[in-house]
Amino acid sequence: MSYLKETPLDVRTVAHQVVSAEQGGVVTFIGAVRNHHAGREVLRLEYSAYGEMADLEIGRILEEAATRWPAKVAAEHRVGTLEVGDVAVIVVAASAHREAAFDACRFVIEEIKRRVPIWKREHYVDGTAGWVDPTAPAGVSFH
Amino acid sequence: MNGERGTGNGVLRVKVLLFARFAELLGQSELMIDVSAPATVRTVLDNLRERAGGSLLPPSPMVARNRVQAQLDTALEDGDEVAVLPPLAGG
Repeated sequence: MSYLKETPLDVRTVAHQVVSAEQGGVVTFIGAVRNHHAGREVLRLEYSAYGEMADLEIGRILEEAATRWPAKVAAEHRVGTLEVGDVAVIVVAASAHREAAFDACRFVIEEIKRRVPIWKREHYVDGTAGWVDPTAPAGVSFH
Repeated sequence: MNGERGTGNGVLRVKVLLFARFAELLGQSELMIDVSAPATVRTVLDNLRERAGGSLLPPSPMVARNRVQAQLDTALEDGDEVAVLPPLAGG
């Protein structure tokens, strides 16, 4: 099973992996494609990944969350071409109480952004395109 | 010693993976590189910098050895997979 999906994500499918009768608090994070970035109008995104490592890394992050909080967490990330409004990532954390669910959900999405080898190329309304680069002053690299 | 894993005589054969912008810079996403032992991730990066487009690679990119994040001075073994990772942008 891979955490990376080439088809549209479904929040119920992800939630189904962790929700049970013992879990009274369920926190869901949904990341969707925005229509703007760094002052440019975004038309669509292309996500690519180092798939083998991304899967290992997401697995490690979910294991770390499970050891730090009494919570079950599931996550899926899209790859391929996404249009504005499409769901790029879903994290669902379920716990007996809400505090652990919020904390574990936040941890997992932040670690995914920090550690998982996934990249996105933005295509703009003006016909140009650039690689999203959180380390670049403009947030995007054009070459 | 077969053709896929090493060439003997102190030479390491390393599979190099390039992604996203770095793949565009060098015009390829996967290549095999032979380096003299002992070698580190830095040896592979120096090799890449001598290739067309390689001079535009940043001084200290994020790297992975065998699918685990590594450092520039991480030692390599024959048959390793080294990935050079542009700034991550998942989520």
